[in-house]
Amino acid sequence: MLIGIDVGGTNTDAVLMDGTTLLAKAKTPTSGDVTSGIMAALEKVLSGIPVQLIAGVMLGTTHFTNALLERRGLAPTAVVRLSLPATRLLPPLVDWPNDLRNAMGGFTYMASGGYEFDGREISPLDFDELGEIVRDIRQKGVEAVAVSGVFSPVNPTQEREAGAFIQRELPHVQITLSHENGRVGLLERENAAALNACLAKVGERSISSIKQAMEAMGLTAPLYLSQNDGTLMDESFAARFPVFAIASGPTNSMRGGAHLSGLSDCIIVDVGGTTTDIGALVNGFPREASLAVNIAGVRTNFRMPDVVSIALGGGSIVRPETLPEPLAVGPESVGFRLGVQALVFGGSTLTATDVAVAGGLAQLGDPALVSGLDTELGRRTLQQIKQRIETVVDQVKLSPSPVPVVLVGGGSLLVGESLVGASQVLRPEHGDVANAIGAAIAQVGGQIEKVFSLEDVGRDEAMASIRAEAIDRAVAAGAMPGTVEVVELDEIPLTYLPGNATLIRAKAVGDLRISPRG
Amino acid sequence: MWLAKEEHLESISIGAGILGTGGGGNPYIGQLRARQALREHGPVTVLDPEELDPDSQIVCVGGIGAPTVGIEKVRDWQAYHALRAIEEFTGKEATALISNEIGGSNSLEPLIPAAMAGLPVVDADGMGRAFPEFQMKTFFVHGVPYCPMAICDEKGNTVIIPNAISAKWAERLARAATIQMGCVACYAVAPMSARQVMETSVHHTLSLARDLGDAVKVARAGQQDPISAILKTHPGRVLFSGKVVDVERRTVGGFARGSVVIEGLDDHRGESMAIEFQNENLIARRDGQPVCTVPDLICLVETERGEPITTELLRYGFRVTVLGFPAPDLWTGPEGLAVVGPRAFGYDLDYTPLVV
Repeated sequence: MLIGIDVGGTNTDAVLMDGTTLLAKAKTPTSGDVTSGIMAALEKVLSGIPVQLIAGVMLGTTHFTNALLERRGLAPTAVVRLSLPATRLLPPLVDWPNDLRNAMGGFTYMASGGYEFDGREISPLDFDELGEIVRDIRQKGVEAVAVSGVFSPVNPTQEREAGAFIQRELPHVQITLSHENGRVGLLERENAAALNACLAKVGERSISSIKQAMEAMGLTAPLYLSQNDGTLMDESFAARFPVFAIASGPTNSMRGGAHLSGLSDCIIVDVGGTTTDIGALVNGFPREASLAVNIAGVRTNFRMPDVVSIALGGGSIVRPETLPEPLAVGPESVGFRLGVQALVFGGSTLTATDVAVAGGLAQLGDPALVSGLDTELGRRTLQQIKQRIETVVDQVKLSPSPVPVVLVGGGSLLVGESLVGASQVLRPEHGDVANAIGAAIAQVGGQIEKVFSLEDVGRDEAMASIRAEAIDRAVAAGAMPGTVEVVELDEIPLTYLPGNATLIRAKAVGDLRISPRG
Repeated sequence: MWLAKEEHLESISIGAGILGTGGGGNPYIGQLRARQALREHGPVTVLDPEELDPDSQIVCVGGIGAPTVGIEKVRDWQAYHALRAIEEFTGKEATALISNEIGGSNSLEPLIPAAMAGLPVVDADGMGRAFPEFQMKTFFVHGVPYCPMAICDEKGNTVIIPNAISAKWAERLARAATIQMGCVACYAVAPMSARQVMETSVHHTLSLARDLGDAVKVARAGQQDPISAILKTHPGRVLFSGKVVDVERRTVGGFARGSVVIEGLDDHRGESMAIEFQNENLIARRDGQPVCTVPDLICLVETERGEPITTELLRYGFRVTVLGFPAPDLWTGPEGLAVVGPRAFGYDLDYTPLVV
């Protein structure tokens, strides 16, 4: 049996699953320290179940996002870029918010190194120069170092050598190499590495505190963390790469929705209390954003799901038309006070939930309290909700043909039986805990991106080598060899370059390697 | 005359994104680089072409390379070295700089060497939009010599092309050197006279880019329609408004070619528009009929926010408005059309001027 937990802004949800069968589910309020809320949810779903039967705990958490947003517990961090004589105009951390930069030390260095687009060295590493940098880093009391090199996704050798050198000189520091975050785009990749480095201490501490709390409950099963690309990482990998756990919530909802509906290509609409997240699922995984993703004010090229969020949910406040103002649903929401402030619960605020109850879409609270609601107002409110969701569904679709739409989340009762652009509308059972289910059923993945000169290498050879590397990465991340499949393979031709230069990106996923315990 | 400061850079980027007609690449790094240069060296004076001293020596500078490499090996101050190299080679000291194109990040490139050298930039450029190649400049089409030119990389290498038999050949040779240099070089062309700039450049384009960006930002802040704000700033027409339903791309000869199909919404319901691009948007057809052709400007902006959309970001579902602006007069004569007309890009089609 497996436990899936998803920490959201309002609720921490947990599920107990036996294979693909849901045995128990629980919703508890998210706690300020996150960990105690996780434990409360764990206790609820475990009630009466012998802990020895649990083979793994899968957790999607906001620990690391919160640490960045609150600038709390960040390790003093240095960034060493291998690039000279190139890229001097824009040093590392150049566009970071000042307070975040101060909170993580923000020590930056540039040194010889880096590669050209075709793999030639810009310059070789200079270990005397690196030695100087290490001496300075030591004096500054740095605890984590990010190493970035120009075109390291094409050739990671220099980053590895420089990283090993720094580690030898400074055995106590945590080292993040930028190519392990994958993507081409120096500033964004370097930012991601620096964010990861400064989260090193938070990562270690929060994982060990969760592990201790689990052990206190007698729960010795391994802990896995959800990544924002919909796959899992084991606790030791997570301690090294806490940055991958950021924003895993929407991904978990989408994966859970896919599981509950049995579909691998569809649109998932997760209607919460305040917002609705809408994204496309391709081959069972959320489609990733192609644009830069901003985290705590820092531009990164993370592997984030391409999710469109709109301010619409069960708690959205409905303001009837007062000419010339049109009818409005949201953006304000009563949020977690829904159970007190909505009309059906005896409150005085007209919310989307009240309209749904009056319209017979939902049975909640006391329907008599909304029996006098203007039916025309109700009809138009639901019509507006439907149209706004339809617009976004259309925006995230990959092609004009109708696709299945899966509704999950507590607020999904606001949406009627049909949506324009949807071939069918599914509303799976247990959709209210789709996020925790998504965490529980996640697989393990590996991803890689490299530039090849197809004139030199040949397309078949390039494809074969990138597939093999993606599979190796999935296995290294904890996937069972033999179950790993390449699920995404993209080729992006690069303009203005000779030799048919092409960026190839591959992603492989497989089942989690786990010892079954019943 | 005005002073280009840090606070203008975002507006110039938005405006240059619109005038870039889908080309010009990711504006983020260009904006950051110019910001860094202005922070270190102070603001840059922008001169009207009319304000140029008759004895001026005006050097055109620009970036050359691959945008996809520029996001990894981020450009430095290569343009400053190219400026100094061409000064040394020609024995003429520059008194002002001018942009080679107003589209995309090249519109901000001269601000970096200008800030470093303490020189003004001219409120004008050599395209009035974006084009993919060196020879496609109003200067050269109207008789300004394209050589000597200097190309510099970030390592300290300089290549001078003292002469080439055509501007197209200068582009070929410069591109070959650039690839060896690792694809993020900058070039500078031998100085032009004030009269040459007056007669062969597209005037007031830097302030136009700034004003377009300001108009979009003001409209957004006031929740007003950014499209009409753009058209109030620069005379043009809404060619179409709708939703992207298909994007097809391929790389031919190092350029991103393809087409985008937009299905009409609102006033254009039931119609469709197809736009063919080669880095930049070149031909717009409504229901099969050409309605706007290169060198006229075909600009895609996001309908809601007025954000310019480059061809590499196009994708199904975007709500876009297609704007058409007439090309600068310097492009629409026979010499101009021979270099940047529809036939120069391989279309069996005559240029039909857009009527506003």
